[in-house]
Amino acid sequence: MSLVAVKPSPPSNDKRWKIVDATMRRHGHEPRALIETLHTVQETFGYLDDQALRYVALSLRTPLSKVYGVATFYHFFTLKPQGEHACVVCMGTACYIKGAPQLLEAIGQKYGIKPGQTTADNRLSLLTARCVGSCGLAPAVVFDGEVVGRLDKSDTLARIEKLICAKPAEVQHDT
Amino acid sequence: MTRPSVPKPAGVAQPQVVTLRIDGRDVSARSDETILSVARQNRIDIPTLCYLDGLSGWGACRLCLVDIKGTPKLLPACVTLVREGMEVTTDSPRLQKYRRMVLELLFSERNHVCSVCVSNGKCELQAMAQRLGMTHVSLPYRYPRLEFDSSNDLFRMDHNRCILCTRCVRVCDEIEGAHTWDCRGRGIETRIISDLNEPWGESSTCTRCGKCVNVCPTGALSQKGTAVAEMTKRVTFLPYLTLMRNSDEP
Amino acid sequence: MTPEELQKVAIIEQESQEQYDHRIHVCMAAGCLSNRADLVKQQLEKQIAANGLERRCTVKGVGCMGLCAAGPLVSIQPKGIMYQEVKPTDAPDIIQTLDKAPIERLRCDTAMPFFKEQKKVVLENCGLIDPERVEEYIAVGGYQGLLKALTEMQPAEVIEEVTRSGLRGRGGAGFPTGLKWSTVAKAQHPDGRKFVICNADEGDPGAFMDRSVLESDPHRILEGMAIAAYAVGATQGYLYVRAEYPLAVKRLKQAIRQAERLALLGNNIFGTPFSFNVDIRLGAGAFVCGEETALIASIEGKRGQPRPRPPFPAESGLWGCPTLINNVETFANIPPILRNGGEWFAQIGTEKSKGTKVFALAGRVKNTGLIEVPMGIPLRRIIFDIGGGIPDGRKFKAVQTGGPSGGCLPERFLDMPVDYESLMQAGSIMGSGGMIVMDDTSCMVDVARYFMEFCMSESCGKCVPCRVGTAQMHDLLVKIIEKRATDSDVRLLNELCDMVQSTSLCGLGQTAPNPVLSTLRYFPEEYEALVQAGREREAAGSNGSAMHVAPQLKPNSTQPQAHVDSEVTP
Repeated sequence: MSLVAVKPSPPSNDKRWKIVDATMRRHGHEPRALIETLHTVQETFGYLDDQALRYVALSLRTPLSKVYGVATFYHFFTLKPQGEHACVVCMGTACYIKGAPQLLEAIGQKYGIKPGQTTADNRLSLLTARCVGSCGLAPAVVFDGEVVGRLDKSDTLARIEKLICAKPAEVQHDT
Repeated sequence: MTRPSVPKPAGVAQPQVVTLRIDGRDVSARSDETILSVARQNRIDIPTLCYLDGLSGWGACRLCLVDIKGTPKLLPACVTLVREGMEVTTDSPRLQKYRRMVLELLFSERNHVCSVCVSNGKCELQAMAQRLGMTHVSLPYRYPRLEFDSSNDLFRMDHNRCILCTRCVRVCDEIEGAHTWDCRGRGIETRIISDLNEPWGESSTCTRCGKCVNVCPTGALSQKGTAVAEMTKRVTFLPYLTLMRNSDEP
Repeated sequence: MTPEELQKVAIIEQESQEQYDHRIHVCMAAGCLSNRADLVKQQLEKQIAANGLERRCTVKGVGCMGLCAAGPLVSIQPKGIMYQEVKPTDAPDIIQTLDKAPIERLRCDTAMPFFKEQKKVVLENCGLIDPERVEEYIAVGGYQGLLKALTEMQPAEVIEEVTRSGLRGRGGAGFPTGLKWSTVAKAQHPDGRKFVICNADEGDPGAFMDRSVLESDPHRILEGMAIAAYAVGATQGYLYVRAEYPLAVKRLKQAIRQAERLALLGNNIFGTPFSFNVDIRLGAGAFVCGEETALIASIEGKRGQPRPRPPFPAESGLWGCPTLINNVETFANIPPILRNGGEWFAQIGTEKSKGTKVFALAGRVKNTGLIEVPMGIPLRRIIFDIGGGIPDGRKFKAVQTGGPSGGCLPERFLDMPVDYESLMQAGSIMGSGGMIVMDDTSCMVDVARYFMEFCMSESCGKCVPCRVGTAQMHDLLVKIIEKRATDSDVRLLNELCDMVQSTSLCGLGQTAPNPVLSTLRYFPEEYEALVQAGREREAAGSNGSAMHVAPQLKPNSTQPQAHVDSEVTP
């Protein structure tokens, strides 16, 4: 039995959906392409929203709940948009032993956010990583994709300031 | 879909007849049968919770763990196939202890307050606790604050009573074919969800067949209009339905 | 590509290397890169151009040289001089002194035990070749192992060679590789498909061996996988890599393209009937996907939840077909075994643990980095000779191997040989190769809690013991650390350890109690001290000494009994 497959149309005219379509096409729109497709969506749009999940589910003929289940099972995927800048503190064993929790605490205190949160002005997202594989340089923090090792509290805070001050308006200094 | 069935070992063409020992009794079985089904055919009952006749095996509740001679690990009877010469022990002080602890973990995980539950007296978790002699919970209760979804006009979902056996997920996928349910998150944060984590009543895929409600072992899924101890489950439909389906196959 | 062509590529590359008087290698692995090795390389290139030395010198980015703690590292071949902590501003000096005596202030002593005590098999090319050029891999004997397997050996002979080598799985459990291969080779499937999967989902926090190998020598993995595919009869391979390793992913993609271009992957490799393709699949941040059946579920596009074994993937794996899964380091050992023979490999190591093992040495030790040592070497030599001991005049307390599945070993095990059996007996495991050294500033109960938190949040949530048991054990450990625990809590913790170990569905749950069990066994005094402190505080509770109460504690939590109720109304 074969129904005439109606190709779902992308949620918007955004050209970036073509990139997502290309990934799905490469895998023959098979349900098995789900994780690869979610990677592409996140790479392209920064996060996975309901609209994107729905489109992927329809295109790959995969149940909605399954798509949601997969998207929330893997911690690499995020359903919320991230702030303009991301600071990822590595919480691997070596970093933990060498003071990563203190870095996290210092950042949290200064910016009033917990891991997984974004500041109210949307300038900074604080995240943790299981291990970024730079254990030889513990403790390591990833600032907007750039891994920096052997950090202490003041270095870390200074680097974050530099990161978010690339833009003019200043957040309230110190707490 | 996510059919978590036991993958058939490759290269097994025709099932053969094997003989094995369960609790000291010699029994014979087909090589494609599970230990659980062979034991039950021989009136040896192994406790189960996530297993349900007619659904694929899941192997998650760990109540049906049995001891197999020569195997260092305990194996779940519901998904482990019999082998020639196997010697299975289904009951021992050690197994009893572990089974009671599994129940204690389940009771401590969420809010299983029997006295105010729709399934009081008709609950498989409660019955299992009585059967296995779990008299108290020595672990601290976690008391999570969980939601209650009563958006569906016929049924309700109370996450406080859910033990994540995934019977609802499996029956919805394998029997009804709707796959409305699945799990979100992982670990202790795992929750049953419908569609994109939407209220059940707004689900675009749910057929409101009620199969999930009837297979749910606890008071997590219930029919509206039932009060404390009034929710009776009818799972008898399942074996028939499965049998009818299988007989269609070549 | 024909065997002759492979030879030709090697010779051309060797000649082009030898025309330079000085070959400057700059480490471009993740560690040195994060210390801006890329800028160093840029400056060196500029200086060479400025001095008109293009014909005599070449600069190339290479893979990990091991001593990550002293990065960025630069080595000058063929003289064999190594510089450490090189800054872009050092480039002029380095170029000026090429023909003179080396710069002492930058010099890294290559005669120190860190380098001398190592034995390189897996890492033989790391730091020597440019991982982005297949020609360099071929020039150092790359793809010779595959050539030999395809043209001179039957699949069964390849398996025999691997069996003879005594190689055991480097993913952690140490299952004999030859046995695994022969099981997959024997398994049949109606549609005849078989798969080879490389597990590069290095999730162990505190381990970066696989990352370094993938980034420094990617073709080695492809060659190992191709040999394995030939041996077991597979035609399709998958490389399951963490998405958190973008550089490794990039280099692997590049390597696959290069190998396809030279027909080292694809149809009729070396003109034989053997065909093999490799695809990359990205992991997405789930430690449990290191477990074989969960990894398979993930490649199939599902939630990475394991399923009970048997049946094992060797019989019924990806899409129900026989599937061979080995980890990165295991595959990396295959090409040299084929080139040099299984007997050569079996000479290294101990009776039951053959070959070498790569460790990611980190934590409270002077020389952190990537090391490779023969099996059977005592822990003391790794930590104190190679690692240079504990910095800041602190005292060694414990070494953790095997990550969340392993254990913490105290000082009295320092002379124990490092092999699968010894580590297991001591209550730890070999694991994938993370080795974290701790000094007396680390609280072992907190280390146990750290790993339990890891297991709790990485648990897939499928089976009850792991889902709820890890959460309960974590809560009990927190209670102990916050000095609220009683003796019965410690007893309960012990019972849970046993139960979760015996009844969990997969390796994650079965090994999750190991860090707790090993610290309970070797550092009972630390648990006891915390419980005792709780007792004392309870006794003094009526004094209302709020000073001692940690801020996160609720007021009534000094009384353990009352605590249970306090959770009812959070």
